[in-house]
Amino acid sequence: MKFSEFIVKEAVQAELKSTDRDGVLAELVDALAQAGAIPKNTLEEVVAALVKREKNGSTGFGKGVAVPHVKHAKIKKMVGTLGRSIHGIDFAALDHQPVYTVVLLLSPENQPQLHLQAMNIIFTNLQKDTFRRFLRQSNTREAILDLLDESDQGR
Amino acid sequence: MTRRVNNFSTMPTAYRDIVIRNRLGLHARPAMQFVDLANQFRSTIRVDSFGPERGHADGKSVMQVIILAAVAGTKMRITADGDDAQEAVDQLANLMESGFGED
Repeated sequence: MKFSEFIVKEAVQAELKSTDRDGVLAELVDALAQAGAIPKNTLEEVVAALVKREKNGSTGFGKGVAVPHVKHAKIKKMVGTLGRSIHGIDFAALDHQPVYTVVLLLSPENQPQLHLQAMNIIFTNLQKDTFRRFLRQSNTREAILDLLDESDQGR
Repeated sequence: MTRRVNNFSTMPTAYRDIVIRNRLGLHARPAMQFVDLANQFRSTIRVDSFGPERGHADGKSVMQVIILAAVAGTKMRITADGDDAQEAVDQLANLMESGFGED
C-alpha cells in the first residue's frame, strides 16, 4: 500500500483554518467532498461518525499526530487526506499534547484488509521522527505531497 | 498452551499463540484495548504477527501494534518477560481470542 493509493492530493491542507477537533474533522471531510472524492450529501453523516469515534476513544495516539478514521456504508472507495496545524489542536490525545498533523481516513465497511494496510503505511511513517519533523516543516501542499511521494518511492 | 521458554533467565518468560478472531482484524480500537491491558503489567510484552504483514511490535505501543495490520485469521504470538509474565500472557491472549467484543 502506498499513500498515493488513498490520499486525495487536492484535499491536502497545509494550513488548517480550524483550531478545534470537530472543526478540523469537518474541514478535512469538506476538502474531500470539494475534491469530488466523496459525495457532498454524505458530509454531515461522515463528520458525525468521525466525532462519535473520537468520543469513544481519541485517535490522537501521541507524538503530535492524530489519525481520525471511520468505516462508513456510504463510502464506496477508501480515501484519505492530511491536514497540518500551525498552532496545534486539542485532540484529547493519549499523551495530552497538542496535535499538529492529522491524517484522516474514510473506508468502506466491507474492506477491512485495505483499511489495515492504509493504517500500516500511515503509522509506519508517523512513527519516524524525521518524517514527523519534515511534515511539520512542509508549509505548502506541494511540499507535503513531495514528502509522501518520497516515502512511496522508498527514499 | 502456555510454556516457559527460557529456563536460564531469573525473570520468567511466557508465551501463547493465538489467532485473530474478529472480522475487522486488529484495527485501532482493539489495538488500543490490547495496549491498555498490556500496560497494566510490569513485564515487557512482545507481539509477533505471522499474517500477510510479518512483523513484531512492542505490546505497549499502540502505533506499533496498529502497524502489524493483522487481519482476521492471522496467527500471533504474545510473549511476556517479567515477574507477572504468565498472568500477562493469559489475559492478553484471552482478550485477543475473545475477538475484542466484536463479531
